[in-house]
Amino acid sequence: MNLTLKIWRQNSGKEQGQLVTYPVKDISPDMSFLEMFDVLNEQLVSKNESPIVFDHDCREGICGMCSMVINGRAHGPKTGITTCQLHMRSFKDGDTIVVEPWRAQAFPVIKDLTVDRTAFERIQSKGGFVSVNTGTAQDANCLPIPKDDADASFNAAACIGCGACVATCKNASAMLFVAAKVSQFALLPQGKIEATARVKNMVAQMDLEGFGSCTNTGACEIECPKGISLENIARMNREYLVANCKD
Amino acid sequence: MSNTSPNFLTSSIGKKFLMGLTGLFLISFLVVHVLINACIYFNDGGVTFNMAAHFMANNIIIRVVEVGLFLGIILHVVQALILTLQNGKARPQKYAVQNSAVSSKWYSRSMGLLGTLLLMFLIVHLANFWVPTKIAVFKGEEHNTFESLKTVFANPIIVAVYLLGLVSLFYHLLHGFQSAFQTFGLNHKKYTPAIKACGFWYAVLITLLFASMPITLYLGLIK
Ligand code: HEM
Ligand code: SF4
Ligand code: FES
Repeated sequence: MNLTLKIWRQNSGKEQGQLVTYPVKDISPDMSFLEMFDVLNEQLVSKNESPIVFDHDCREGICGMCSMVINGRAHGPKTGITTCQLHMRSFKDGDTIVVEPWRAQAFPVIKDLTVDRTAFERIQSKGGFVSVNTGTAQDANCLPIPKDDADASFNAAACIGCGACVATCKNASAMLFVAAKVSQFALLPQGKIEATARVKNMVAQMDLEGFGSCTNTGACEIECPKGISLENIARMNREYLVANCKD
Repeated sequence: MSNTSPNFLTSSIGKKFLMGLTGLFLISFLVVHVLINACIYFNDGGVTFNMAAHFMANNIIIRVVEVGLFLGIILHVVQALILTLQNGKARPQKYAVQNSAVSSKWYSRSMGLLGTLLLMFLIVHLANFWVPTKIAVFKGEEHNTFESLKTVFANPIIVAVYLLGLVSLFYHLLHGFQSAFQTFGLNHKKYTPAIKACGFWYAVLITLLFASMPITLYLGLIK
């Protein structure tokens, strides 16, 4: 496949960036999008140009690193996958593909396509955990948890912190991410102990980081590679209201 | 875990609660408003309509609710302004290409614009009816609201402005009604589809009923 890539190049957060056009030739349709980038980068290095910097780690859809907006959609044209799981057969020969970094005040560009997502870490550190020592695995039936709750909690815990929700939201809101982290604990007895402080502190940090608020457009849910649903945002709103009534 | 959270009402979620509450209050007001207006369909030369309008204009309870209504609108608009500005700041650099249509409805992304159109319409609307009524009450004169309806809607431009205002209202409600419930945390696999259906039919019926009034008056169907 022959393609025209328009890729965001920016040397550092302090400098201005721009879209730079790169033609690529003989790309196999079976390559992943990141492998296509590897090929391009080798060409750039051999020409003594600086390679395109992009985040990646697991390359199998579990680490959430491979952030990029491809033709106006987080992680590209397919739903339910990350960029590393996107294959070139999803494009047509001769296509022009525009690649940009996540755009949010709270996710400043570090270089090219990499952005600083430590805002998520700071939100997590305000309550995305349980403080008690849970010890070794317990006897399966000693803490009865309804299957539906366990499933909902597990589904929320599937969030990989990729930030596609923020990148997609017209308000660059982190509500889906924070809601997933809050829900994961809110549904389980171990998490209920600190539920009040957790939701209040995590929402406070979310606001402090400069993410937008939620207009309920639902775009995050569509673009989330892990299918985190809007029900989690409703649950967080409930938790937040109850927490504020309590203290 | 210690608690380091600021005030509920200044948080992003708290502001949305206020938007939702004031929004639902305005939604319930519109029901009363449309029912009063529908009295013109008795087609009795405005006798029933004027009676209802007179009752609304001179009843002490309604006067108090009216103050609440204005406060509600102001609160809704102020919160809308704050949220819209904050949300804009959250993405200082826009995307060169953004394919928003695949993941959300245009009207859900345009609540600020639709709201601004509504506000402009509201000012025209108050100037047309509310202000003259108030002046008459102030002067102690009898005000024939039905006659002023007929005069105002004899002008096709005003009729067009009203219909455009109602289109904005329709889309604002289409998203806003169900959105308020999600904001309150009421999302349930059994009840949410019903809430969404209510929101849709509410938006359709309110808009059609209101729209029918300037049209029938303009066409002279209401005597
Ligand atoms: C008069 C000017 C108005 C403006 C400027 C305005 C503006 C807005 C904006 C910007 C939002 C979205 C906020 C967000 O989710 O980020 C909104 C939501 C809403 N509006 Fe309005 N609006 C106006 C009038 C109305 C009226 C007349 C009604 C009802 C009859 C209404 C009902 C609602 C509802 C129910 C919501 C959803 C609240 C939520 O999502 O929690 N609005 N409005
Ligand atoms: S909620 Fe979904 S889109 Fe948002 S960070 Fe988690 S996995 Fe990524
Ligand atoms: S590189 Fe880990 S999810 Fe894509």
